[in-house]
Amino acid sequence: MSGAANAFLQGISRPESKANGDHPSWLNSLRRSAFEWVGAHGFPTGKDEAWKYTQVAPILEIPFAPAEPGARRALSPDEVIEIAGELGGPRLVFVNGYFVPELSALKSLPAGVKLGSLASAFTQEGEALESLLWRRFRERPQTFTALNAALGEDGAFIRIPAHTSVEEPIHLVFLSDAGATPLVSHPLSVVFAGAGSRVTIVETHAGIAGGIYLSNAVTEIVLDDGAVVEHYKIQNEAESAFHLAFMDVRQGRASRFSAHSVAVGAALARHEVKVALEAPEAQVVLNGLYLPRGRQLLDNPTTIEHAAPHCTSRELYKGVVDGHGRGIFDGRVVVQPGAMKTDASQTNKNLLLSTSAQAYTRPRLEIFADDVKCAHGAAVGQLDDEALYYLRTRGIPQQAARDLLTDAFTAEMLELIQVPPLRSRVRQMLATRFADCPSAGVPA
Amino acid sequence: MLEIRDLHAKVEGREILRGIDLRVNAGEVHAIMGPNGSGKSTLAQVLAGRDSYQVTAGEVRYEGRDLLTLAPEERAVAGIFLSFQYPVEIPGVGNLYFMRTALNALRLQRGLEAIDAMDFLTLAKEKMKLVEMDPSFVNRSVNEGFSGGEKKRNEILQMAILEPKLAILDETDSGLDIDALRTIAAGVNALRAPDRALLVVTHYQRLLEYIVPDHVHVMVNGRLVASGGKDLALELEKRGYAGFEPQPATPATNATRTAVGARP
Repeated sequence: MSGAANAFLQGISRPESKANGDHPSWLNSLRRSAFEWVGAHGFPTGKDEAWKYTQVAPILEIPFAPAEPGARRALSPDEVIEIAGELGGPRLVFVNGYFVPELSALKSLPAGVKLGSLASAFTQEGEALESLLWRRFRERPQTFTALNAALGEDGAFIRIPAHTSVEEPIHLVFLSDAGATPLVSHPLSVVFAGAGSRVTIVETHAGIAGGIYLSNAVTEIVLDDGAVVEHYKIQNEAESAFHLAFMDVRQGRASRFSAHSVAVGAALARHEVKVALEAPEAQVVLNGLYLPRGRQLLDNPTTIEHAAPHCTSRELYKGVVDGHGRGIFDGRVVVQPGAMKTDASQTNKNLLLSTSAQAYTRPRLEIFADDVKCAHGAAVGQLDDEALYYLRTRGIPQQAARDLLTDAFTAEMLELIQVPPLRSRVRQMLATRFADCPSAGVPA
Repeated sequence: MLEIRDLHAKVEGREILRGIDLRVNAGEVHAIMGPNGSGKSTLAQVLAGRDSYQVTAGEVRYEGRDLLTLAPEERAVAGIFLSFQYPVEIPGVGNLYFMRTALNALRLQRGLEAIDAMDFLTLAKEKMKLVEMDPSFVNRSVNEGFSGGEKKRNEILQMAILEPKLAILDETDSGLDIDALRTIAAGVNALRAPDRALLVVTHYQRLLEYIVPDHVHVMVNGRLVASGGKDLALELEKRGYAGFEPQPATPATNATRTAVGARP
């Protein structure tokens, strides 16, 4: 490992836990193993295919320190709503990776539903967590998820019992507040959706103020047979922040999972999604919208593994890239031997708003079974000059015409958001984003 | 209202307009007829402000202003409207929303208040009757999946809503069956007004039976080679354009060109 990597690792490790309660012994042992793994394997470089675009080296140069519980100043619930929105359901708020009960709103939930901080679940739900987290670490070790396992202490824990529906969306709000010292946090969220259960989960990741921080977030979602889970992720981190996220989904028979990600924030953000369709008739939908501008890099690697027959996957990712921004979609679909009657489709479309904007699109289908239906399409384009001219001849000024066409490109993604208050929030977020960017669309 | 003097323009390096002189007064309807490739549509596009069309000589004054220095949206604010020969499809932009955005853009740039969604809906419905347009079209994306006739109706609907002073209709009759042509022509006629001028660009005389022009000009090879009253259109229908040979590049047609710009 390089000197910078070593210094980074030493800087972010800490001798003792800052969360409530002691860790159970299995967790201590997992944390040790994970930390050792990182020490032995080091950090991904540009030579690693999966990290071709997200360059880690600049992150390792920053003298990060581990985040402490509590913000630098007290926040009010109203401020949280201002930052993250009010979706009408229960809300768990985390600041720098630690649960803050005073800012959270735990409404009454159906019997048996568990919703709370992971720190307390480590002891109460030890067995399930032990097997899940060990399994992931053994099967898919990766530097940053291993760091999350080694150093993370808190996050959200959600368990929906079988045949139980939670009507209102559960909002997980991860706020970061870094001052002069760059901070790193490792929130981990775990969702167990029992057989035939239904739940909607919204993750919002945002910065409270500016500051340099690294949010190294992991989300684990397990769907039992017939479970229906809708997941939304709004990434609106501070503009000098780094966001490295990994979402790991396992699906049981005839379960349905849909994910929608909207990425606007951070200097560099990677939102990786891995879905394993482990039993027949499971269905997954992955949608994503990313809007890098300035010098932002927003990377969206996805892997869908068809490991069982008769499963369906649908992917639609759209990028709007402005300034010197870089938008990346790297979508892998793997059809395992025996996954007959797989039906997979993947679409990635990119709109470049400036001559210096860059989009990378990599559809990758790896098919090891016969009798499957797999389609993919990728497009990178610019605003239609004919349409712009047409709008302008009707009196719509050039910038407004560009915005109108850009909105038209993103509108489809907004319509896919099934939580109305979230949809209007995202719409508003995009509107201010286009409005507060005077350089938007002006070719360099 | 509009005065074009010795206008030359190039498209992709080729000279298409080779000295156009034309004067249009408020309240008048002028028709420009000519064979394919004569430059009719180029003239329409140059007046609307398409920036890939390069004006190499001449000038265009509109209400005393130098039109050629204005951006397309500024020309719209000044009251110019082009009904496209090929209206552009814009997926994802609702037709009604587009028209309200356009009207409000014009209103705001003219110092007027924006019109709200409800009032606009009322206005749009009323104007849609004018072109007998199915109300379902308001909810669709601009021109997306519209038939040729529906697109042309949609153009005239925009004209009715935006109420321009100078409307340029570029081949509005192309691709229309006779019923659609009558309807659209009736819509256009309803918009004729003493303070509004129309410049109708067409290949065939057919449209002019319904939108009766005050003046007819014949364009051949980038020049207006003859001008007259509405009877000129009938004459053209009989004789065809063959009688109007392309003019030599030397200015031998000064007399004709002067006559074209002359007031009756």
